[in-house]
Amino acid sequence: MFQAFLIKYGEIAIKGKNRYLFEDALVAQIRHALKGVEGSFQVTKEQGRIYVESLEPFDYEETAEALQRVFGIVGICPVVILEDQGFERLAEETVSYIAKRYGDCAKTFKVQARRARKTYPKESMEINAELGGKILERFPGMKVDVHHPELTIYIEIRERIYLYSDVIPGPGGMPVGTNGKSMLLLSGGIDSPVAGYMVAKRGVKIDAVYFHAPPYTSDRARQKVVDLAAKVARYAGPIYLYVVNFTDIQLYIYEKCPHDELTIIMRRYMMRIAEEIGRKTGSLGLITGESIGQVASQTVQSLAATNEVCTMPVFRPLIAFDKEDIVTLSKKIDTYETSIQPFEDCCTIFVAKHPVTKPNLNVIRRSEKNLEEKIDAMVAEAIETAELVVVG
Amino acid sequence: MKKEIYLDNSATTRCYPAVADLVSRVMREDYGNPSSMHKKGIEAERYLRTAREIIAGNLKVNEKELYFTSGGTESDNLALIGAALANQRAGKHLITTCIEHPAVLNTMKYLEEQGFRVTYLPVDETGVVRLSDLEEALCEETILVSVMYVNNEIGSRQPVEEIGKLLKNRERPVLFHVDAVQAYGKYRIYPKRLGIDLMSLSGHKIHGPKGIGLLYAGEKVKIRPILFGGGQQKDLRSGTENVPGIAGLGEAVREIYTDFNGKIQRMYELKERFVEGVKELPGTTVNGPSHRDGAPHIVSVSFAGVRSEVLLHALEEKGIYVSAGSACASNHPAVSGTLKAIGVKGELLESTVRFSFSEFTTREEAEECLKALGELLPLLRRFTRH
Repeated sequence: MFQAFLIKYGEIAIKGKNRYLFEDALVAQIRHALKGVEGSFQVTKEQGRIYVESLEPFDYEETAEALQRVFGIVGICPVVILEDQGFERLAEETVSYIAKRYGDCAKTFKVQARRARKTYPKESMEINAELGGKILERFPGMKVDVHHPELTIYIEIRERIYLYSDVIPGPGGMPVGTNGKSMLLLSGGIDSPVAGYMVAKRGVKIDAVYFHAPPYTSDRARQKVVDLAAKVARYAGPIYLYVVNFTDIQLYIYEKCPHDELTIIMRRYMMRIAEEIGRKTGSLGLITGESIGQVASQTVQSLAATNEVCTMPVFRPLIAFDKEDIVTLSKKIDTYETSIQPFEDCCTIFVAKHPVTKPNLNVIRRSEKNLEEKIDAMVAEAIETAELVVVG
Repeated sequence: MKKEIYLDNSATTRCYPAVADLVSRVMREDYGNPSSMHKKGIEAERYLRTAREIIAGNLKVNEKELYFTSGGTESDNLALIGAALANQRAGKHLITTCIEHPAVLNTMKYLEEQGFRVTYLPVDETGVVRLSDLEEALCEETILVSVMYVNNEIGSRQPVEEIGKLLKNRERPVLFHVDAVQAYGKYRIYPKRLGIDLMSLSGHKIHGPKGIGLLYAGEKVKIRPILFGGGQQKDLRSGTENVPGIAGLGEAVREIYTDFNGKIQRMYELKERFVEGVKELPGTTVNGPSHRDGAPHIVSVSFAGVRSEVLLHALEEKGIYVSAGSACASNHPAVSGTLKAIGVKGELLESTVRFSFSEFTTREEAEECLKALGELLPLLRRFTRH
């Protein structure tokens, strides 16, 4: 029944002179999102509106779902396109649309016409009134309510006539690519993919880094992270995932530092490496899935200790979230099932039974002194040998 | 490409090139449906007949007693469910062992839900069932005994012939099912002489294709189908025959039993050398039967102080593929039943690795694996959990 979608966008409409940049980014994101969808789509921007039209039969459900994953969209309106064959015909079509879509309904309604083609013989107000009359004739149970209608019938007079009445909510946010790029520390857990999703929603393009510790973690654990990145990429667009071999550094820390400080020191090196790769590849910030108090390495003291090594801002969108809320979000973006696959913690030998929860920065720095001999070379090599996987 | 040493032949094997060629030819050229009345159908049927002839000859059974399935799991399901349902009027008691493959154990669980009573026999420390335990478990109600020929985790071989005799000498004969998936291609197996009524085989463990298996069911065995459809294979196993798979299975059987004694002799020598080499490494225990009492291709070893999964991945980095004797316990609470049953204790359960050979495994590969173990073990033991 529907041949096109009208895309409504919110925040970006207020961005003044930069508006076209945001719109172009949105168009690009929409095109990307529709790549895998059955159909052949044309995405056009005209007069402050974005239209998605299909040139051939398409899968309505799948298209609507894909559009619901594009940040920056606040509403998706499925549109019926009519040839202009005179007003009488338009009225017939409108009535039959309502009958098909809503049956013999008894809603309050209004008609809202917009005459983009100024040569059309009737003005918007006339169209509203006359079409409203036709609808009332056909559906005696309906009532006009111009202030709070249950149903709004939108009519846009363009070259052809666009008719729509439903608005499917979009995800909101801003188009990815309009707010720079940041580096996500992606593990196989529940939190980090959600953190990436949230920051991407604010228009930030996402790169990611994963720390791999063969033979202590398996290729399946790595595959799981690639799978998670692919899930996030459904929203965030293609993700450059850097896979860093962290084994030697981990073992070195294990040998040289007190075991209750392992996790904190490890995380400090992860941040350093992520920041360095980010710097080289154009990221302006780091993103983690940390949340205060969730585990020993995420107490406020621990966060302060890991934060200290970075100069880039670290975005922690989940910082004040409860675990349940994070789980709810991860289910919503469909990363949960992947996250709970049991692969990652075969490297539990690196976790002390009683890790420090209130690390003292001076103590940590002193422990890190034990690493001076080799660590810089090891970090440099880890960065050098990081493998790039393009996901999505 | 890095050289690969594949020591996980109990999981699956590399297809013989001749098998792969044949499968490919059947798929591309002789793709007919054996039930079709035209020439293409008759051509396809010819492959079935050839495979039947090869396998029937190899098992010394009648061609009519062979049923092609989708693999070992389906053969086990069909044998157990099909025979239990068809014979339940005679009794509802079944006997098996506690070290069977999940395809048998979980089917037994299902039958328990359907009102059957199942006895699970224990095994001794070498992983072998005792005849006395079996005798004790048998009762008036018993209709079927299912015992695997070779255990997939430690390679122990069960006294199949003795069990067969014991069951046949009873006043009321009891059906005998043998899961021979790990044994076929390693032993010459003649079901009729061993008193076996039902026997499961799989293609991909003998260098044949995946997705093809076989059930031998003696002519007089009462059995019901578990799949319903077009009535192929004498109504017992409906569904268009997997012609490429069946042709490939026949070819694999022919090839694996060519120069058979020589191959098995070489595999035993290889296994003995490997076991000897492993025993020289500190902190190792070889599980299960010692050398020739067990199958020629399976060696199970526990490495004290090393997690099997980590060792597996460390070997993998060197291009050596093995299998963890039991799953990583922190994630999979279900630890190997066989290892527990033979009394492998606590930490060693998570430190057990299975090496399994094939006729393609060379002495050099075994030596290389031993060398890798010698290098890795001290390294991995340095980093243990505190």
